[in-house]
Amino acid sequence: MLLHLLRRPFFWIITAVVAGFVLIPALGNDVEMRESLLLAALYITLASNLNLMLGYAGYINFGSIVFFGLGGYVCVWLVNAHAWPLWLSLLAAGTSVSALALFFGLGILRLRGAFFALSTIGIVEAVQAFVQNFEPWGGSAGIYLSSSIFQPLGGPSRALWVIYFLMVAVMGLSLYLSYAIKISKFGLGLLAIGQNEDAAAILGVPTPLYKALIYSASAFLPAITGGLYFFKSAFIQPSDAFDLSLSTEALVVAMLGGQGTVSGVALGAYLYEELRGYLLTSDTFSHFQLVVAGVLLLVIVLFFPSGLMGFIHSRFPRSQKVLE
Amino acid sequence: MKRLCLFAVALVFCTAPALAEDDTITIGMTNSQTGPLNVDSLGQQRGYELWRDQVNAAGGIKAGGKSFKVKFISYDDQSVGGRVQQLYTRLINQDKAQFLFSPYSSGLVAPAAVITEQYGKIMIDSGGAEAKPFEQGNKYLFQVITQADYYLSGAVEALKAKDPHAKIAVVYSDDPFSKTVLAAAKAQAKKAGLEIVLDESYAPSTTDFGPIVNKIISSNATAFLGGGHYSDGATLARQMYDQKASLKWVSILVAPGDDKFGELGPAALGVTVPSQWEVQVSYKPQFGPTTPEFAKAFQDKFNARADYHAASGYTSGAILQHAIEQAGSVDPEKVTAALNATDVTTFFGHVKFDTDPARHGLQAAHQMVLAQWQMVNGKLGRQVVWPDAAKSANLIYPIPPATQ
Amino acid sequence: MFGILASIIDGVLVGLVYGLAAMGLTLIWGVMDVINLTHGAMIVAGMFGLYLLVSGLGIPPYLALPPVLIGGFFVGVALYWIAVHRMVGRPPLMSLLSTFAVNLVLIGVGTAVWGTALFNVAVSLPGISINRYTFPGAHILAAVLAAVIAGALYLFLHRTRLGKAVRAVANNREAAELVGIPTTRVLALSVGFGVALAGVSGVLIGTLFPFTVLSGDGYQLKGFVVTVLGGFGNPVGALLGGVALGLLEGAITPFVPVSWTLVIEFVLFVLVLIAFPGGVFARRGSM
Repeated sequence: MLLHLLRRPFFWIITAVVAGFVLIPALGNDVEMRESLLLAALYITLASNLNLMLGYAGYINFGSIVFFGLGGYVCVWLVNAHAWPLWLSLLAAGTSVSALALFFGLGILRLRGAFFALSTIGIVEAVQAFVQNFEPWGGSAGIYLSSSIFQPLGGPSRALWVIYFLMVAVMGLSLYLSYAIKISKFGLGLLAIGQNEDAAAILGVPTPLYKALIYSASAFLPAITGGLYFFKSAFIQPSDAFDLSLSTEALVVAMLGGQGTVSGVALGAYLYEELRGYLLTSDTFSHFQLVVAGVLLLVIVLFFPSGLMGFIHSRFPRSQKVLE
Repeated sequence: MKRLCLFAVALVFCTAPALAEDDTITIGMTNSQTGPLNVDSLGQQRGYELWRDQVNAAGGIKAGGKSFKVKFISYDDQSVGGRVQQLYTRLINQDKAQFLFSPYSSGLVAPAAVITEQYGKIMIDSGGAEAKPFEQGNKYLFQVITQADYYLSGAVEALKAKDPHAKIAVVYSDDPFSKTVLAAAKAQAKKAGLEIVLDESYAPSTTDFGPIVNKIISSNATAFLGGGHYSDGATLARQMYDQKASLKWVSILVAPGDDKFGELGPAALGVTVPSQWEVQVSYKPQFGPTTPEFAKAFQDKFNARADYHAASGYTSGAILQHAIEQAGSVDPEKVTAALNATDVTTFFGHVKFDTDPARHGLQAAHQMVLAQWQMVNGKLGRQVVWPDAAKSANLIYPIPPATQ
Repeated sequence: MFGILASIIDGVLVGLVYGLAAMGLTLIWGVMDVINLTHGAMIVAGMFGLYLLVSGLGIPPYLALPPVLIGGFFVGVALYWIAVHRMVGRPPLMSLLSTFAVNLVLIGVGTAVWGTALFNVAVSLPGISINRYTFPGAHILAAVLAAVIAGALYLFLHRTRLGKAVRAVANNREAAELVGIPTTRVLALSVGFGVALAGVSGVLIGTLFPFTVLSGDGYQLKGFVVTVLGGFGNPVGALLGGVALGLLEGAITPFVPVSWTLVIEFVLFVLVLIAFPGGVFARRGSM
């Protein structure tokens, strides 16, 4: 499998992008760029993992934020209450949330289409409401990390760089994972499910197993990202951890870029993050930020439904071989 | 000749900004222009701006023989914690803000404080009353308003004086601020010998309080303490009135502090609210405007009545200015030392910071007042009813029963 | 204990209004498989319609219903042509996104204009008091009106020709087209009705609770829950679903700390979805 990957040009494109993310801010010690690339990496990670369900298997997960938030909580809680080292807490966050996803999946994956989508919203709301009442995790007040947590990493400034590199690593893993699945037999089965689930089942694709696996897999890296993000923020509360608008944005990004394509989703995430950042701080537009985002989305959905990548692929058919 | 002129002009343009930079102090902040907190945040932002305009009109902040004009850079945080962190990081790294003002509400001050402490910048908090952010080992955080623990102490004291056998229903929003305030209030009530007959929190997104009001009625409560932020407080007041809960004492957080609360009509009558400041208080300031001067300047500039958010915003600026002037420099360590030594009275009240490292920056001297909605000359308005030294009208107790 | 009964009755009253709020959503969903994410914004528009008419023109609150109904209808038809027409027949995800986009625009404009200030319309009606518990008159009237409107919708769908055309299109659009029903017009009208219903429920909710530009989201979410309980595309089911939700809220509150209400609501929502994939009161492919 690995040799197979190494031969495809897209694999090297991903590697180049990851290297860019690492080297460009580091070489110039450019803190502002690091911060904005961190957000881009976050969006790329969330959108790519969402794409596993959305673009491949064709299931709309409105509630992908729940993995991010729960991962954040598990990691922050382990660091705070049990003084576990960061790397161990992150791994614990990833595995426990994936396991939980498997459990949820058992229930909701037999639903189709819109019902599945709605049930994912139900899960986020239920989890958020639960965490708000759950005192060991601070309830609605959340958990605060004192400034001493950055000491093992060499103090706040160094810690922020370490966290950034870890985020980029997770982003890279997400992109590689997305791509590896896409060109594998597993991915083929998923795409078949996305096209026509019943036909796929008849043709021998083990649909319940595949769906459960991909749903659980799509939780692992976002959970770790959540852990990193909230560790860096030194503060987590339910309303931030389970903010539905972030999953909605991930969805928008995946659509914008071109669902089912790895590069599209990544490109879409990056562009969207830049746009949002610009809108946020621009004097004229910040009042109308939502309006601008909405208009943009409407235009894309109405006229460019296969997203940016779909547009590029149709204009430059040969790019399909390279930019997948 | 023309070349020389052009060159001279270019030179001026190149150096002028540099000269201007030296004599400006940049203060960064975010406010909630959109999102659920935007009404209160607006008051705070306007307070900041009034201070800035007055300072600049008087020539700027004077320190170390130089005059510094104040410049603001502010962004919309949309009432979201994640945004706050991105924006404060940007304010510090990209916009080179030297000092920071806090966003509005405890839930947003906490994430902002993490960033300002990571980069070692001073932040003045005028919008977050919760103590938790100050207990994480900070050095540069300073709180201008009374902390959450003391919000309802006045109300509890006043209630006890009127009815030592009051039965209290405690119903509050499940958010960090309200929880802290009511936890402290419950402890104070128990210490005062008052009975708590109902103790519940509700999700901040609750819209229908009918079932909760029924629970209040079932508990035979005679007094109510609680609420949260905005729409919940107003709805609670209205539904308690509509369902004839007939409580003799009602203290609700935040919502009745806004003039719009008066639109509830008879449901607003008698409701008390703990307030950081009201237009009627009469502290004697050691520097800066008096209360009437502040109220008038605010009214003239914004064509709106000043509320306590505006007053605390203005005071943040005034206290920072005072500290810079006392320190004679804009160096963060010197200004921090000056802030730690601050012990002054402004129109807002007495301001002094706790310097114990375990709770650094908490406000140690400022006190709340209790305001009550009363009929004055046929119109509903807020009056200060406690403490006695600051009151503008007598407390009405019990609240007259609803007539329909 | 009478307190519990009072809570339950109050829950049912409010539940009828929740049901009305969901009806527009379920109608559009049932007719054209489109999930209208502007639903919340339309409810808010109804609330603001109420506020502006009452404070601007001074008319009694309930008289705001007809203008909002009519206005909502036209807005709905416009919404169809702007965001929905091209999405019919495409996967539901597309209409989801297009209506979501329109929602962003509407909420953005609303916030820019009105901020997120609280608005309140004072409605004082004599209530019914039993023992120490009072059922506010406004709640009772809103519940009655909700039931009346739901009844009118049912009659429309089952007794008028246009109504039958709507049901035909919902059942099988191609067949309806073949039989000569102008499907595009029917779809546009259906969206018009759906939005009109949202607006009208906004008016009723506005008479009960204070609101802000952002209040719509909460009711839209409840709308989803109700729609699942009541069956997609089934207006009577929506009403019953609303009552069920209101009942649930009213019944749990006396026993459980209020903060757990939402947890229970959403867990039940997910469980019901899993157990009844088409909604509890679903009827196969018809309205």
